[in-house]
Parts: sequence; C-alpha cells; structure tokens
Amino acid sequence: MTQAEIKLCSLLLQEHFGEIVEKIGVHLIKTGSQPLRVIVHDTGTSLDQVKKALCVLIQHNLVIYQVHKRGVVEYEAQCSRVLRMLRFPRYIYTTKALYGDTGELIVEELLLNGKMTMSAVVKKVADRLTDTMEDGKTMDYAEVSNTFVQLADTRFVQRCPMVHAPENSDTGPPPPAPSLVVNEKDMYLVPKLSLIGKGKRRRSSDEDAADEPKAKKPKRTTDNKEPTPDDGIYWQTNLDRFHQHFRDQAIVNAVANRMDQTSSEIVRAMLRMSEVTTSSDAPFTQPLSSNEIFRSLPVGYNISKQVLDQYLTLLADDPLEFVGKSGDSGGGMYVINFHKALASLATATLESVIQERFGSRCARIFRLVLQKKHLEQKQVEDFAMIPAKEAKDMLYKMLSENFISLQEIPKTPDHAPSRTFYLYTVNVLSAARMLLHRCYKASTRKVSEGRSHHCICASYRCRGSTVARNRGDDHSP
Amino acid sequence: MAGNKGRGRAAYTFNIEAVGFGRGEKLPDVVLKPPPLFPDTDYKPVPLKTGESEDYMLALKQELRETMKRKPYFIEKSEEKPDIERYSKKYMQVYKEEWIPDWRRLPREMMPRKKCRKGPKLKNAKGTDKGSSLINTADILKKIEELEKRGEGEKSDEENEETEGSKEKNKDGDDDNDDDNAEQEDYDEEEQEEENDYINSYFEDGDDFGADSDDNMDEATY
Repeated sequence: MTQAEIKLCSLLLQEHFGEIVEKIGVHLIKTGSQPLRVIVHDTGTSLDQVKKALCVLIQHNLVIYQVHKRGVVEYEAQCSRVLRMLRFPRYIYTTKALYGDTGELIVEELLLNGKMTMSAVVKKVADRLTDTMEDGKTMDYAEVSNTFVQLADTRFVQRCPMVHAPENSDTGPPPPAPSLVVNEKDMYLVPKLSLIGKGKRRRSSDEDAADEPKAKKPKRTTDNKEPTPDDGIYWQTNLDRFHQHFRDQAIVNAVANRMDQTSSEIVRAMLRMSEVTTSSDAPFTQPLSSNEIFRSLPVGYNISKQVLDQYLTLLADDPLEFVGKSGDSGGGMYVINFHKALASLATATLESVIQERFGSRCARIFRLVLQKKHLEQKQVEDFAMIPAKEAKDMLYKMLSENFISLQEIPKTPDHAPSRTFYLYTVNVLSAARMLLHRCYKASTRKVSEGRSHHCICASYRCRGSTVARNRGDDHSP
Repeated sequence: MAGNKGRGRAAYTFNIEAVGFGRGEKLPDVVLKPPPLFPDTDYKPVPLKTGESEDYMLALKQELRETMKRKPYFIEKSEEKPDIERYSKKYMQVYKEEWIPDWRRLPREMMPRKKCRKGPKLKNAKGTDKGSSLINTADILKKIEELEKRGEGEKSDEENEETEGSKEKNKDGDDDNDDDNAEQEDYDEEEQEEENDYINSYFEDGDDFGADSDDNMDEATY
C-alpha cells in the first residue's frame, strides 16, 4: 500500500469510526497480519479498547481473522476495502436509480452496519420509510422484502460466509475462532421468512430527543430476546457487482459518445444478457448470437433485424474493438471485449488529462507516441510538425511527470551514451497507476481539508482511473 | 580523471545533438534551488462536474458523515475526567444505541473477560461516564441470560459454548488465559484483603512472637 493510500485510509477510518479504530486499523494496514497481543503492545492502547475496535472493524468487513498454528488468531486489514468507503454515496445513488427509495435505504443500512440479518434490515427500512410517509400511512414489510429479494436475485447483496459448526464439538476444546465457510450455491438464496408487519412511526417525543440530546434513553432495539427465524444468516453488499455495473455504464456511455444512441442500446442489451453468465474479471462475455440480441432488445426499439445486423457489423469493425465477432452461427456471434474496452477508456482518460494539464500540442505528441509505440526525439519533431525547441520542452515536461518514459537501446555492449538510442514510449499501465496514485493524494488533501464537494469529485477521478486499474490488474504478471 | 579536466573546454561523453542542443548553443542556466511550491500553471483545471446526481451524492455524503458519528460503531476517545464534574455534563450526553456483536462469528479472545470482584466497585464510578461501554453491558446481559437459562434448566448450543468458554477461561490452558488468570487471582486476593479490616496473612505468628515483642515494646508496662 502506498503512503498516499494509507493516509487516505486513516482519514476515512477516523471520519467514520473515530480515533481509536483509526489507530488500530492503520497499524494493521501498515504491518500486515498480527495477533491480538502484538497489536496491544505496539499501539499502546488498552486491551479492551483494541477488542472493541477489532469487533467494529470485523463487523464492517474491513478486517479478517485467521487461525494459525498453536491456536494463535491473526488479524489482517483489507486496505482496498477501506478505500471503497469513498464510494458509498455512489453505491447508494445507483441503487436508488435502479430500485427506488426502498432499495436505496436497504443498501444504505447494509453499508452503514456492515452485516445484518434480513429481518433486521426489513424492519429498520420499513420504520424509516414510514417516517417519511404521510400521516396514517405505513410501509408494509412485504414490500420491503420484495425489494430485498430483487436485490439478492440481481446479486447486489449477498450472504456473508456462514459459521461452520464442527461435528465433534463435544470432544476437545472449542477452536479459538470460528471457521467461516463460503457456500457458493447459497450465496444469493433468500431464506423463507414470513415477515408480517408494518413500519412503526417514531413518536414525536423521540424525535425531540434526536434533535437535542437530552437525558432520555432511546428505545432499546433488542427488546425481544427470542431469536429470529433467520438468526445467523447475515447479508452484506456485493461491491464487485456494483463495480461491474459501473464498468457496464462506462462502456455504454463510451459507445453512445462514439456512435449513437441505438448502438449504445444494443450494447446495453448485450451486457444485460451476460450479467449473470460472465464472471466479473472475465476478458470477454459469452458469445451472443444476433438472433438472441434481437429478441432481448427493449420493447420500445423497433429496429429491423437487418438494421441490427448492420449496427453489429459497424460495432465489430470499429478500431476501438469494444465488440468483437467470434463466429457466424445464429446470424453472427458477438462478444464484448471488456479488457480492450477498459484499456481504451484508460488511454482516453490519460489523453484528456494531458490535454488539460499541458495543452493540445502536448496531447498531439502524446497520441503520436502512443500510436507509434517508440520514437526518437528527431522523429517526434518530424511527425508532430512542431518546432524542435518546443517539442523538446514538451517531451521533457511529460517525462518529468512520468507520463512518458525513455527506453534505452544500446548499440555497443558498453552502453556508452553517445552510442545509445533513446526512444520515447508510453507505458499505459504504469501511467494509469501513477494517475490513480495522484487521485488518491488529491482526495486525501480534500478529505483532510473537509471540503466535501471536492472529495466527491476527486473520488470520481479515482473511479475513472480504477477502471484503468482494473484492466491493469488483470494484465499484471 | 584529473588529466581530462585540464584540457581545454568540457567535453560531453554523449552526442549533445541527440538531446537536442546544437553545438556551441547557450545551455539553460543551472537551477540552484528547489522548484516553487505552487508553480504557475498555464492551463487552469477544468471545473468540477455538477449536476443533479452529483448534488444528491454530495448531500448524501454529508448526511452519512453525520449518521456515522451517532452510530454505536463510532468509538469516541475517552476523555480524562475533569477535576470537577459539571452538572450540565449529565444532560449533554448523547445516548447511543448499544451494539452487541454476534459472538459466534468472532474469535473467542474477543469476548470481554468477566472482571469478577472489580466489577461492583467500578460500576458506581462509571455511572457518570458515557454509558456506551461495551464490556459491562455485555457482562450484565450475559449474566442475566445465563441466570435465566439456568433457572429454566435448558441449555442451548450458545450456552454450551459460553459455559465451555468460561470453563476454558478458568483453566490453566492457553497462554493468554494463564496471564489473565494470574492477574485476576492476584488482584482478587488484594481485593479481599482490602475489604476486610483485619488483614489475615499479614504476618504469621511465630513461636517466638511473645518473647520477641517483650524486648522491643515501645509502651512501658506499669
């Protein structure tokens, strides 16, 4: 983890959970997997505070534990998961757009509480919705449950790993930590609950208590001690699915910008068909035949089969290679190339960053080097048709900011500088990673300054570059 | 090395034209200080993206920040007790919902240890503190649960685990338990001693007790 990322994690943890949790969390991120005693000793906090902090972090899926030999339990922090906290508003807004207010509140509750049982979520969301409704109206649990089931079916929420109950629990001492087992089949299986009830409106006296903190204890949420029927089955948000959704959105927007609305609708239909059949890090979707695509187009689009075929051919012939043709059966088999699409998006982001930072002539040089892969100083000046002095200046500026790198090709074995070729080249992967790192630094500065507007927009830029990062991570050796 | 320096002009080891400077051309001045902290930029940054969705997300972010502070997961730093407790402080405390984690999903060492005799004394002192301490409430709830369950005579799996867990705590099994138990036992002894006026094992009466004290008596006998 880079220093900038660690600093950002520390600010996020402090903002959300307070200083004590921040101290423990940052210590774990910096030092890796550690047992409890070592954490207590190294951070200098008391044992029960460390325990509390670890409970909070484990609840929010930010720390995992593992049992090592001799019964020692070690705790490890997940730095990337901490950084996802920047994107919470975006996840919630996306759910609002897809599933309305109910879905939005379900995802918000799950994100703020880490993990919850379905009955707890439904109850809380119904109460919250009832508060916002007009007097006399209440929200039925059934409606909230339906939205929850929809979210589970489209995989936006998933079950947490279950506690594995060992068979021989009577013989021998119990293990120091429960082993959590991921059951792939049941991950999106909603338990059969008959949740009957309506949301309760908060009494007005409680509303006063919320506004001004008075010496009134709020209602205890754990009023009934009897276990709910789905006790032990916890749900969490499936962040990978959200990222997949963002990636699909980015691709559809890119196609709409490059071509037209109809082609973006076709691509959207193709993506929708391969949502559940393709894993999130696959390089391309399953091949889809033209007939299938025609059948699954949205009802409003009345384009004939021939027009669809023409569009598909156009998309497949595009040099950006978002869509590829993989066969001719069924009217033509088409795939969407995720890796190529993300690489193009990353490159486009880099180009636009260069243009905004250094000017359009610099951008011309950058695109040239990108296209030709390796160029000498003289060749750059000739191809770009920019005077030598200016071209030199621009190249050095980009070189100093690490957007462009130099490749040495020696002519003689002694690597003498006068007899070596120096070629300019662009390494898209490392440039994208550098840009991402800069985004993290920028959002660190903005978060610490407390300017929330910039923080959100900095996280947009992070998002754009993590598209590049996703592509980069797939290709890293 | 010294020999080359004495001969006329400086000669570069590489072809200067390859870098782009012509022969004899005036090279730019050597910079002797670090670059400025905030250099002037020719191109100002593009304005931030605004729109309905961005405004909504901004409002959401601010709301989330406030909500997180009121959740039980936000652990505040315990302040040092001021010298005089202010009356108004009692009414300014924000009562948060209590959160008890699901102990079945956590390692056993996460469970708060029962501090047996230290408990009653400290509870009175902690009453004026902020009421969101996890350990005491978890202890009370567990004890109540245990008493209830024991009274009814049924034992669920949880109960088995808990009693086994507490048995484990009392055994001299793990290294962790050893230290804690030793500490607890020592403390308990001290606690018991303090509560009594007469300290039992202060010193033992030896055989020669009566004889020795006659020699060292401060008070005179009349």
